[in-house]
Amino acid sequence: MTTVKKAIRDVYGDTLAQLGRENKNIVALDADVGSSSKSIVFGKEFPNRYFNVGVAEANMVAIAAGLATTGKIPFVNTFAAFMVLRGADPVRSLIAYTKLNVKLAGTYAGLSDSYDGASHHAIADIAFMRSLPNMTVVSISDPVEAELATRAAAQFKGPVYLRLSRAEVPVVFDKASYKFEIGRGVTLVDGSDLTIVATGYMLIKALEAAQILAAKGILARVVNIHTIKPIDRELLIACARETGAIVTAEEHNVFGGLGSAVAEVLVSECPVPIEFVGIEDTFTESGDYEKLLAKYGLSAANIVARAQKVLTRKQ
Amino acid sequence: MSLKPKSKENLERLCMQFRQDLIKLLHGIQTGHPGGSLSSVEIMTTLYFEKLNVDPNNPKDENRDRFVLGKGHAAPMLYMILAEKGYFPQDELTSLRQLDSRLQGHPCALKTCGVELSTGPLGLGLPAGLGMALGAKLDGRDYRTYVLMGDGELQEGIVWEAAMSASKFKADNLTVIVDNNGVQLDGTVDEIMPMGDIAAKWRAFGWNVISIDGHLVEEISAAIDLAKTVKGQPSVIIAKTVKGKGVSFMEGKSAWHGKPISQNEYVSAMNELGVNV
Ligand SMILES: Cc1ncc(C[n+]2csc(CCOP(=O)(O)OP(=O)(O)O)c2C)c(N)n1
Ligand SMILES: [Mg+2]
Repeated sequence: MTTVKKAIRDVYGDTLAQLGRENKNIVALDADVGSSSKSIVFGKEFPNRYFNVGVAEANMVAIAAGLATTGKIPFVNTFAAFMVLRGADPVRSLIAYTKLNVKLAGTYAGLSDSYDGASHHAIADIAFMRSLPNMTVVSISDPVEAELATRAAAQFKGPVYLRLSRAEVPVVFDKASYKFEIGRGVTLVDGSDLTIVATGYMLIKALEAAQILAAKGILARVVNIHTIKPIDRELLIACARETGAIVTAEEHNVFGGLGSAVAEVLVSECPVPIEFVGIEDTFTESGDYEKLLAKYGLSAANIVARAQKVLTRKQ
Repeated sequence: MSLKPKSKENLERLCMQFRQDLIKLLHGIQTGHPGGSLSSVEIMTTLYFEKLNVDPNNPKDENRDRFVLGKGHAAPMLYMILAEKGYFPQDELTSLRQLDSRLQGHPCALKTCGVELSTGPLGLGLPAGLGMALGAKLDGRDYRTYVLMGDGELQEGIVWEAAMSASKFKADNLTVIVDNNGVQLDGTVDEIMPMGDIAAKWRAFGWNVISIDGHLVEEISAAIDLAKTVKGQPSVIIAKTVKGKGVSFMEGKSAWHGKPISQNEYVSAMNELGVNV
């Protein structure tokens, strides 16, 4: 793993602007957080195709729905928390219901807007978005994936939720060789004792955990599930069969997110013990990002502990 | 009843102290929202030190006036006032936004004594404040509810849903104060979403409108008193303010909505506020 770091939101903003150059049907909307989401990069270059509606998220999402009916490809930008909390109705009733070609870019997801506190953290967005029929849910782990996933979303026909972070994170993937495909999980580390299934920034923590486990003689497979819906069932079933135990890791409530999605597949296809690393159904708080992650169990150390626990449950 | 000269002097002294402490605090923690805190100094100070019937020794008194910070990002200003009033120790202020603190980035009613409503996601303060006002009427209590809102916050649709409701239910025990600083997060209000004639909008929704200079404590005081005398309709005080007020390089600049203060900026801001550091 290299130590080059980039802010996911910067990569997203640059990619959106590049997509705007390539396709004039791409339009962008924001609700007074363009300087945070970085949609402003697009807005500066394409002022006629950029709609900042002010602090009015529901309005923004519904406008995007209307734009999509005219053949535009709207990228809708706001904090993930407000996309879900305020945008919920038009997201469900207009966009998901009639499969409108809208891309919902929820930035500052998870705890990445750390100092603003629980009111701004998004820990239920995956649960909401994946409960909507017709919605595709993509959660981004590193800067390379931010670019490729944003491009893939633009190509994809239909509603997509892109889960983006505020954080500066290490580059994990090699841009030249990484094949990003919506719906396809990615195995980064092979292993036979258990599989750590991670999404978003927790992928980094999973890779760290695998190294710690390896030093203890435990071989953990590490799988990146960037597309939480539709989830890569075949890959998950193969991991369950071959390693016999699963730990999921996500920057989200343990209720309704990646862990739930994985369990839903495996409980019917190949039941194996699963441990869930995520926020334990509690509201979070303000603080330094890494300290917060550690306090709420979103750490390599906790993944290691859960891996050891799941192994005791393995037949 | 106009503000006594002594009270005016006292409020102005407090406002200066709060501005200095605010810059010091936000520089110290390198996070938080200076612009919208500075624009609301006089409004919140006048409310808490001259008008609100609240008692830190009896913070849950059922007859207390209610203050709701709709624009929750001005939390640092609210916390400084609550500490000065004695709701919690002054030395807790530096824990703002840090892990395990009672002082969250945005106000949390469960964690911080004196905070009436958890806010942060904009627009929810007014409808919740209306609920408090309606509760007072149901219980026959004569406390008043005050909601401080940003002018960008007015763009949330729910604000106008609440405005209609307050008018229908004749919530004359509810006073909204708009911190009309003309700036939001991404730019000026005129650039991002022009609000036009805000006073006319509120009037059209059935509200009694009072327009003042939001940095003059005597005007704020008089407007709050005037609102109390209006029967049968809610009142809104539209307070013309300057975002970042008191620190020239922050004034009117959206960049200072939520930006860390560097060492050089800290020194020059404090100098402007009459403190050598
Ligand atoms: C629902 C919601 N959307 C977006 C934000 C992010 N945000 C925080 S403050 C702000 C601008 C507010 O402007 P204004 O109300 O004028 O506040 P002030 O100028 O007094 O700071 C925005 C968009 C939020 N807190 N809540
Ligand atoms: Mg404003």
